[in-house]
Amino acid sequence: MNSNDTLIPYVGVVTDIRIDTPDVKTFRVEAPEGGKVFEHMPGQCAMLSIPGVGEAMFSITSSPTNKEFMEFSIKKCGCLTEWLHAMEVGQMITIRGPYGNAFPVETELKGKDLLFIAGGIGLAPLRSVINYVRDNRANYGDVQIVYGSRSKDDLVDYKEIIDEWMTDEGIEVNLTIDNAQEGWDGHVGFVPNYVKELDPSINKTVLICGPPIMIKFTLAGLKELGFKETQVYTTMELRMKCGVGKCGRCNIGNKYVCKDGPVFRFDQLDELPDEY
Amino acid sequence: MLRISIDKIDSLFAAISEKQALYIPADRADGAAEYKKYEAGMKLSEKLNTVRSAKDFFFPQTENLVEFKMEGKKIEVKDIRQESEDFVIFGVRACDARSFTILDKVYLVEPVDSYYKNRRDHGTVVTMACTRPSETCFCQAFGIDPTAPEGDCAVWSDGSYYYFKANTEKGQAFVDSVSSLLEDGDTAELDKTVAKTKEIMGRLPLAKLSTENFGGDKLNEYFNSDKWGELSESCLGCGTCTFVCPTCQCYDIKDFKTSDGIRRFRCWDSCMYSDFTKMAHGNPRLTQLERFRQRFMHKLVYFPANNNGEFGCVGCGRCLSKCPISMNIVKVMKALEVK
Repeated sequence: MNSNDTLIPYVGVVTDIRIDTPDVKTFRVEAPEGGKVFEHMPGQCAMLSIPGVGEAMFSITSSPTNKEFMEFSIKKCGCLTEWLHAMEVGQMITIRGPYGNAFPVETELKGKDLLFIAGGIGLAPLRSVINYVRDNRANYGDVQIVYGSRSKDDLVDYKEIIDEWMTDEGIEVNLTIDNAQEGWDGHVGFVPNYVKELDPSINKTVLICGPPIMIKFTLAGLKELGFKETQVYTTMELRMKCGVGKCGRCNIGNKYVCKDGPVFRFDQLDELPDEY
Repeated sequence: MLRISIDKIDSLFAAISEKQALYIPADRADGAAEYKKYEAGMKLSEKLNTVRSAKDFFFPQTENLVEFKMEGKKIEVKDIRQESEDFVIFGVRACDARSFTILDKVYLVEPVDSYYKNRRDHGTVVTMACTRPSETCFCQAFGIDPTAPEGDCAVWSDGSYYYFKANTEKGQAFVDSVSSLLEDGDTAELDKTVAKTKEIMGRLPLAKLSTENFGGDKLNEYFNSDKWGELSESCLGCGTCTFVCPTCQCYDIKDFKTSDGIRRFRCWDSCMYSDFTKMAHGNPRLTQLERFRQRFMHKLVYFPANNNGEFGCVGCGRCLSKCPISMNIVKVMKALEVK
């Protein structure tokens, strides 16, 4: 019984808390002795818990190229996330993982022109890929990011987008918000329409994450523009308990989102029953 | 073949239970059978099967996983796993014996579930061939021979003797450990008993139940079948079928506060329950139709798709006899068949 079991978590320390939006905070997590608790690839997830409150799966928003810490952008929307939002710096949590597959950054995405499309908190999993690509810039072609949210105040990672991504010459960033607002002179409108207006080259490989309704209409728009389902990747979320395909909760068809996903190409999703 | 006279079985049980915990099916006051830890004087049940399956031995209804000590902002994780003690389960039927190999395909694949493996490593499964299969039995449909059960050691009865045959190293060690009580004898009477049992099997009402059209290759056809509405209409979502099922293996993980910290445990859960997939932002399986469909799709289509055609059912018939609205996997199979 010496072997470790994935159900027994590690301890992580929250070393920084950034308030991103009225309901999103980004938590920096390090091992008690410093450094990362474990390594991951962009798109993978981890189970975070406050013992006695609950445990849930969150995407790791930091890039694996960050050697010092992991980050999680978490929207306050339920019991556990309320508690996480109430934490102070120095608080320990438990963490286990990494779980699931990753965006194929070292295989299918290599050498490709990339189009990232995100809505709201959906930027969290894509941010890991975006920063991984920025740190391995020579391995990828053009990079375009389309990101939208309800309002300017709901844009996650706004400072990083403005200070780092928009000043990065190799990246085109297109921001949009749902409704016009004072202090915003950028684009106004929903993400699906904005993508169509931008009319991106159909040679690009697309990574998309956001509310289901946004994904649905954006995918339809991309198809109108001539994109094929084999060019578009997304990442899914379902209720999970174990993280390793045993507890049965995230089972769709013969797949388990926690281990066969969360990253799927749309042609792979088409083969699954419509139950997500 | 090595055998022991039926009237001497007590001495065999006593010999085994001297060395390790022994569990046998025994009759409860209400007449139904359940596995009990053997004590002197306890009689082996003559019932066809136990009300609950034998999965509890390896995948108990609840078990503690880990403990946490919380102090201010600090958390200490305490690994509370302990090496299981050796134990013997005697009298497992062929259906339940097969269910263990199905559970193995979930819990022993990487990453191995150490809690399950611990018990599996320390448990010896001694099976008992059936002689009187009942009208709710359909293990044959899944390629199980109730007259030749799997398990570490198989046991047959001809009414006068129990016959023993080891199937694994663990089973051989079991036979060796009680060899002084066994004698060699011919199997002429046993052969007659087995032939008679096979004859009964052929006459069972579900003897011809076919799995031929099920499996992983018609996933969406089955999923989109228009039969699910009618089939699931009366389902109460009580989860009884999942709890008596020897192959249902879904679980929940929960925490509770103890006097000096937090204990995390897991317990059986059921895809038939309304909150099984419920998240803060909604529930992908809103009605009982979707939850009902999930259970049967998993056993008849999804599991075989991932396990070389092996089904997630062993035909033990418990759900047939226990469902309060008399819905069950046989009715589903008959209604659903996509040609």
